[in-house]
Amino acid sequence: MIEIKHLYKTFEDGKTVLKDINFTFEDGKTNLIIGQSGSGKTVLMKNLVGLFDPTRGEILYDGRDFVKMTKQERVMLRREMGMIFQSAALFDSMTVLENVMFPLDMFSDMNEADRIKRAKFCLDRVNLKGAEQKMPGEISGGMQKRVAIARAIALNPKYLYCDEPNSGLDPKTSLVIDELIHSITQEYNMTTIMNTHDMNSVMGIGEHILYIHEGTVGWTGTKDEIMTSTNEKLNSFIFASDLFRKVKEANRE
Amino acid sequence: MFAIKYILKFIAAFGKYLDLMGRTFSVPERMRMFMKQYVKEMSQLGVDSIGIVLLISFFIGAVICIQIKLNIQSPWMPNFTTGYTTREIMVLEFSSSIMCLILAGKVGSNIASEIGTMRVTQQIDALEIMGVNSASFLILPKVLGLMTMIPFLVIFSIVSGFLGAYATAYAGIITPDDLTVGLLHSFVPWFVWMSIIKSVAFAFIIASVSSYYGYNVTGGSFDVGKASTNAVVSSSMLILFADIFLTQLLS
Ligand SMILES: Nc1ncnc2c1ncn2[C@@H]1O[C@H](COP(=O)(O)OP(=O)(O)OP(=O)(O)O)[C@@H](O)[C@H]1O
Ligand SMILES: [Mg+2]
Repeated sequence: MIEIKHLYKTFEDGKTVLKDINFTFEDGKTNLIIGQSGSGKTVLMKNLVGLFDPTRGEILYDGRDFVKMTKQERVMLRREMGMIFQSAALFDSMTVLENVMFPLDMFSDMNEADRIKRAKFCLDRVNLKGAEQKMPGEISGGMQKRVAIARAIALNPKYLYCDEPNSGLDPKTSLVIDELIHSITQEYNMTTIMNTHDMNSVMGIGEHILYIHEGTVGWTGTKDEIMTSTNEKLNSFIFASDLFRKVKEANRE
Repeated sequence: MFAIKYILKFIAAFGKYLDLMGRTFSVPERMRMFMKQYVKEMSQLGVDSIGIVLLISFFIGAVICIQIKLNIQSPWMPNFTTGYTTREIMVLEFSSSIMCLILAGKVGSNIASEIGTMRVTQQIDALEIMGVNSASFLILPKVLGLMTMIPFLVIFSIVSGFLGAYATAYAGIITPDDLTVGLLHSFVPWFVWMSIIKSVAFAFIIASVSSYYGYNVTGGSFDVGKASTNAVVSSSMLILFADIFLTQLLS
């Protein structure tokens, strides 16, 4: 469980991107952060993992404040984190297998055979058998994302972060990635936090949603509650697309 | 006013550089991974530079020999002058300083663009999230790898320069015997050591300064290009300053 309390983030240039964010990300669930482009989703996620330091506020990992942790404590906590970046961020000098093995090579005490076995298991889990010896540049964007998922789960993390894992993918591949993240989350009881502005993801796997509006908490709830919500800001964001407006109207009738 | 701003900027950058070096020089988390990277960098930065070093040194050795024989040597000078001068130029300056300036161009831009690209494609962030000390993991093997390989490159450069000089002898510009006598005339082994010590310092400058520029890239591919140019310019300047300082110190 990750609780954020009164989180503020102001950059050096004086721009306040996050204002008084309060939210709890729950265990064993796919928690979504949604919002318009530029609303601060990535900044919030970077605060959670410590790539940015918040200006004010608390980030409690099972009650322990991440902001106040020592460097060493942070490093230890980070070994329980896996992250999938918007751009996949695979190491492009390594093969697919080496990428997935990397966290194991760095932090596990398994012998080489076991590490390879574990990496192959993870690749198998994301349906990428047979691509082990390819370089990241030789596989498609969707496959890269799946390799990134395999790498993120190699060490069995407690917390999984996904920054727009399906940006740049076609709807069908997006769906595959979403389902994959969702099922892995349930299988290993992880706390998964996913940034997205893809309504298909929201309606598909949104168990616990934080809607950010211009850096503030605009709305919180589940995908079912979205359909009945009367929150204007949320509605103008979600139902910006004709398709979803029609779905909602149909729902009402 | 402009000067003060410039100096302040330089001090800030130097502080950032020192901070990065502090993070770089920490004990590697996994010796096995470090050794793998170290060997890779020795090959990529050192072994892959052997060709260009041999080629350039060969021609410079030949040209120095021709220049001195045709334009400086005169009947009242001893016959060994050409060989002696060629050796001193190669050993004292060319094979350490000038060769490192050339390598600053090749190796420096390679390091800065590699690390810079890793920065803008979030590969460095990915390392940090995993709890890896990205500075130490990426930079330390490069710095140590280049420092390990550079003495060999210096020796290769000296030898290749001498071979170039002998090539001119076969073109009939100087007799091989005169050249041999000249090359061996009052040889001071310390000069070779001096050259090696200097080059190790230059290797540190090239690898660490270029890594600094690459590591601190913000933005996109345009900024990676800029960082790689800055890396080459700054490390070349620093090599020139360090050369004056080290030559005084070691002579
Ligand atoms: N390092 C930074 N320094 C200053 N401002 C920043 C920095 N990073 C992000 N911002 C600003 O924070 C705001 C939110 O950016 P963020 O990347 O979080 O948006 P986002 O919600 O992830 O958008 P998208 O859906 O397009 O990825 C933007 O206005 C951006 O300019
Ligand atoms: Mg974003």
